Amino acid sequence: MYDVMVIGGGVIGGAVLRELSKYRLKVCLVEKESDVAMGASKANSGIVHAGFDAAEGSLKAKFNVSGNEMMEEYAEELGVRFSRIGSLVLAFSEEDERMLQTLRARGEKNGVKGLRVIGQSELREMEPNVSHAAVGALYAPTGGIVCPYELTIAAIGNAMDNGAELYTDFDVTEIERGNGAFTVFDAEGRALRAKLLINCAGLGAEKIARLCGDTSIHIGARRGEYILLDKESAGAARHTLFMTPTAKGKGILVSPTADGNILLGPTAEELREPSTDTTAEGLASVTEGAKRLCESVPLQSVITSFAGVRAYSDRHDFIIEESGSAAGVIHLAGIESPGLTSAPAIAKYTVENLVGKHFSLVGNENFSGRRAPDYFFKQLSVQEKNALIAQDPAYGKIVCRCEQITEGEIVRAVRENPPARNIDAVKRRTRAGMGRCQGGFCQPSVAEIIARETGIPLEQVTKSGKHSRLLAGRSK
Amino acid sequence: MKTNYDIVVIGGGPAGLAAAIAAYDGGAKDIVILEREAQTGGILNQCIHNGFGLTRFKESLSGPEYAARFQREAEARQIETLTETTVLSLTADRQVTAISPTRGIFTLQAKAVILAMGCRERSRGALNIAGSRPAGIYSAGTAQKYVNIKGYMPGKEVVILGSGDIGLIMARRMTLEGAKVHAVCEIMPYSSGLRRNIVQCLDDFGIPLYLNHTITKIEGKDRVTGVTVSEVDENKRPIPGTEMHFDCDTVLFSVGLIPENELTKQAGIPLSPGTRGAVVDQTRQTMAEGIFACGNVLQVHDLVDFVSEEAEIAGRAAADYVSAGAKERKTVDVVNGQNVSYALPQKLDKNTAGSVKMFFRVRRAMRDCTVEVKCGDVLIASRKRKVVTPGEMESVLLTEDKLAVVDGTLTLSVKEN
Amino acid sequence: MLQTITCIECPIGCTIEVETEGGAVVSVRGNGCPRGKAYAQSEATCPVRVVTSTVRTSSGEMVPVKTSAPVRKSEIFRVMKIINAAHPDLPLHIGDVLVRNVDEGADLVVTGNAE
Repeated sequence: MYDVMVIGGGVIGGAVLRELSKYRLKVCLVEKESDVAMGASKANSGIVHAGFDAAEGSLKAKFNVSGNEMMEEYAEELGVRFSRIGSLVLAFSEEDERMLQTLRARGEKNGVKGLRVIGQSELREMEPNVSHAAVGALYAPTGGIVCPYELTIAAIGNAMDNGAELYTDFDVTEIERGNGAFTVFDAEGRALRAKLLINCAGLGAEKIARLCGDTSIHIGARRGEYILLDKESAGAARHTLFMTPTAKGKGILVSPTADGNILLGPTAEELREPSTDTTAEGLASVTEGAKRLCESVPLQSVITSFAGVRAYSDRHDFIIEESGSAAGVIHLAGIESPGLTSAPAIAKYTVENLVGKHFSLVGNENFSGRRAPDYFFKQLSVQEKNALIAQDPAYGKIVCRCEQITEGEIVRAVRENPPARNIDAVKRRTRAGMGRCQGGFCQPSVAEIIARETGIPLEQVTKSGKHSRLLAGRSK
Repeated sequence: MKTNYDIVVIGGGPAGLAAAIAAYDGGAKDIVILEREAQTGGILNQCIHNGFGLTRFKESLSGPEYAARFQREAEARQIETLTETTVLSLTADRQVTAISPTRGIFTLQAKAVILAMGCRERSRGALNIAGSRPAGIYSAGTAQKYVNIKGYMPGKEVVILGSGDIGLIMARRMTLEGAKVHAVCEIMPYSSGLRRNIVQCLDDFGIPLYLNHTITKIEGKDRVTGVTVSEVDENKRPIPGTEMHFDCDTVLFSVGLIPENELTKQAGIPLSPGTRGAVVDQTRQTMAEGIFACGNVLQVHDLVDFVSEEAEIAGRAAADYVSAGAKERKTVDVVNGQNVSYALPQKLDKNTAGSVKMFFRVRRAMRDCTVEVKCGDVLIASRKRKVVTPGEMESVLLTEDKLAVVDGTLTLSVKEN
Repeated sequence: MLQTITCIECPIGCTIEVETEGGAVVSVRGNGCPRGKAYAQSEATCPVRVVTSTVRTSSGEMVPVKTSAPVRKSEIFRVMKIINAAHPDLPLHIGDVLVRNVDEGADLVVTGNAE
C-alpha cells in the first residue's frame, strides 16, 4: 500500500514525485509508456518563461514567476543544464510596440524582474541575426532554457534514488475505491493500492478523473510541430525570440536549446485525436514563422523534425486542486505552457498544501536531492576521464560519433534510475543518436549494449517500448 | 607511449589504408593509422556485394576482399594501426587528440596528417518528411550493417527512398534474404545509381523504380505500417492526386552521402560547398599546411578504385612533405563552369610539377558533349563524352606542357554538341 | 521472340534488341560495341549472375560469401537456400570453398576473413 501514487511521468508528475520523496511517505509513480517524459514533456520548446504572458492573478502567473525563480536551484541540484539566456519578444509594427508595453506592465504586476523595452539598434546588437523588420523588443533577462525531458528524467531518477518506485507500461484502466484507499488497475490486470492519488496524466487527465468519478475535468489536445537544427547553426539565435503574441497564442519561436542546437516552432493546432505526426503544412509554417524572426535561418542544417501534443483545460488556466467530487484525488491538469517553468513551484505547493492536508509531513532524513548529471563524463577533466577509463575501459570506447558518447555512458543510462530500456530512452539520457547522423552509425551498437545489459535477445530491443521492435528477427 | 609521428592517418578505411601504404612506399616509415572500429577496412567490411576493383585489379571483388588486399599490404609494411581509437579533435598545427579503451585520451603531434574519415548517410530527419517517427526507419547503410554484419533482418516489407547505389544494393540484399521490396522511389528524373545495379538489383527481381516520386508521409505508431508516395513536379513538389499507398514495415533511406568533415572544420580548414570536403590542390593538400585529405571525406566517390587512386596521391604527397618540408605554394583557382557542379582539385599549385587529372561532376545528364578546361581564352584540355550523368564522376587530364601556360583561373565546363 | 535489353557494360546504356528462335540468337540490333553484343546474347539466352551473401557460422558470426562463377539467374533462390543452410566452423579465410558446385560448376567461397 502506497501513501501517494502519482499518475503520469511527465515534468509535473516527476517534480511532484521528487517533492514527495523529501518526506517519510511511501510513494510511487505509474506511467503508461515504456519510459518517463514520453508525452508533452519530451517535445516542447524547453523555455523557462519569465512570466509576462499570463493574466494577472491567474495560477499560471503565480506559478510561472515562482517556478522561474526556483528553476536555477532545482536544475542545479538535479544536475540538469539550465541557462538564463534571456528572451526577446519582437515587435514588427506600432501595434506590436503598444503590445510590448502591455506585456511589460503585466509582467511587472506578475512580479517579473528586469523587463525592458528596447529599440532596434540595441536589439540588433544583442541579437545580430534578428530580422531587420523587427523595430523593437521586450527584453526579459530572466527567461531561460532547460531540456524538458532531462529535467523530468532527473527528477524521477532522484526520487527513485530516495526510495520512490516507478511502474512503466502501466496504463491505468480502472480505479476502485474502498477501505480508505484506491486500487488502481492497468490494462494487463496489475493492481496497486494507494491512499492518495495525484493526477498528472497530461492528455489523460480527463480519463483519470472520470475513472475516479469526477467529470469536471475537460482536456483538449493541441499539437505543436518543431524543427531542430544542427549545432553548427548555433549562431542563428542567442536569446529565445518570440513573435508579439496575438489572440491565437505565442506563435513560432526561435531559440537555442540547452544542448546547443537551434529549435524552431511550435505550431498550435487543435486536434480531436491526439497525434504526434508531423505534417507538411505544419513544418512549412514553422520555417515561415522562423524566417519572420530571423534574418537568415540555416535550413540546410535541419537534423530532425518532431511534434508534441500539449494538454490544455477548458478553464484556460492550470487546474491545481483536490477534486470536489472525488476526495483523495488531486488534479494537476491542463498544465500547458508555462507548465515546464512552473513545475518546481507547482510540486512544492501541491505537496505542502494539498498532500499536507492528508498526511502530516515528516522530513525524510535520508533524502539527498543531488543527482549526478547524465552528462557528467563530458564535464570531467582529461585526467579524470583517463582515471575512469583505466578503471572502466568502456568509457574509452566512442559509440555515438556525432555527439562523442562512450559505451560507459550508455551502460550507465541502462543501469541508473530511471533505467533506460530502449533506444530512444538511451538517446534522451545520453544524446547517443541525437546528432547529425540520427543514429545511423550507433543504433546497432546501442541496441547490442541494451540487449547485453538487460539480458534480452537483440531482436527484442525496441525503439521506444511496446511494439516498436527494431528488427524482424535473425536472418538464416 | 610514442606521441610524435611523421604521419598520422585519420581513418583506416580504403582511403586511409591506401594513403598509408603510398606514404610508406614514398619514404615515410613513421606512420600511424587511427581507426575507430575494431578492424580496418571501413565501410567495405559490410559491402559484401561484388563489383569492387574492376578498374584497379580487373577483377570483380567483394568489399571485404578489396579491403583485404590493402590490409595485407599495410601489414607487410608493419604500419602501426590503433583500432577502437576515435579522434576527438584536430588542430591546424597537426595535433591529433584521440580516445581509446586501452590508452584513454591522448594527443599525438604529426608532421603531416592525412584526413580519411569517409562519409555518412543523410538521415530521414534532414528531409523533413511528414508523419510519425516509429521503429522501422533506417538509412540503407544501417540496414546493411544489421543484415550483413549482425545477421538480423530490419523488416520484411520494404519501401526504399532514393536510388543511390546503396539503396539499390539493399533492395537486392533484402530480397535475397526473404524480404519483399515493394518499391524504390527516386525524387529525381534519373537514378544516381550505376546502371548495372538498376538491372541486377531491381529489374532481376521485378522491383519497380518510381522516378520523380518521393515519400510524402510515413505511417505507424510503434512500428512503420505504411507510406504514402507521391509524384513530384519539376520543382520537386508533390503533385496532389498522385498519391499511392504501400503497406510496409520498413522504410530505407538512400538519399545521399555527406563527407564527415567535423574534424576538418574544427581545425579551421576551408571546405568547398560543391564537394562538402576540404579545398585541396592537386597533391590533395588542404589549405592547412601539412594536412592532406582523400577518399569520401574529400569528395563522395562512386567507385572505391578511385578512392584508392586519390589516397595514393595524398599519401605520396604527405611523404614528400615530411621529407622536404613545407614549400611555398603558388595556386590558381579552378572554377565550375557551365553544367559543372564541382571540380576537384579546386586549386592548382604552379610549383608542383606533373600532369593533373581533374575530377568533376555534371549538374544534369547529357549526351554527346565536350568537356573543356580553359584559362581565359586558352584551351588547356578538352574531351568528348558520349554520356555524362550527375551520378558518375568524370575526369579530364591536364597535361604538364599545357599547364605550363596557365597563369590564372581555370574554368571547367561541359557543353552539349 | 524479340527481347529488349539495356546494356550494362558501360554508362551509355544502349537499348539492344535480340531476336531468338528456339533459344538460339537470330539477330542483335542496337548494340554500340562487341561487348554489348555478347552481353545481350547472354542475357537473351541464359542470363547469369554472381550471387553474394553471408553464411552464419556454427558460432553465430556472419561471414561473407559469393559464388566463384556466375550462376544461372533462374537458380539464384535455389543457391540462396544452399547458402542459408551452410553453417561452417571458424576460422574462415578468403577463398575457402564451403560448398562445391552450387550451380554449373560454381562453388560457394568465402570472401572475408574471420578468425
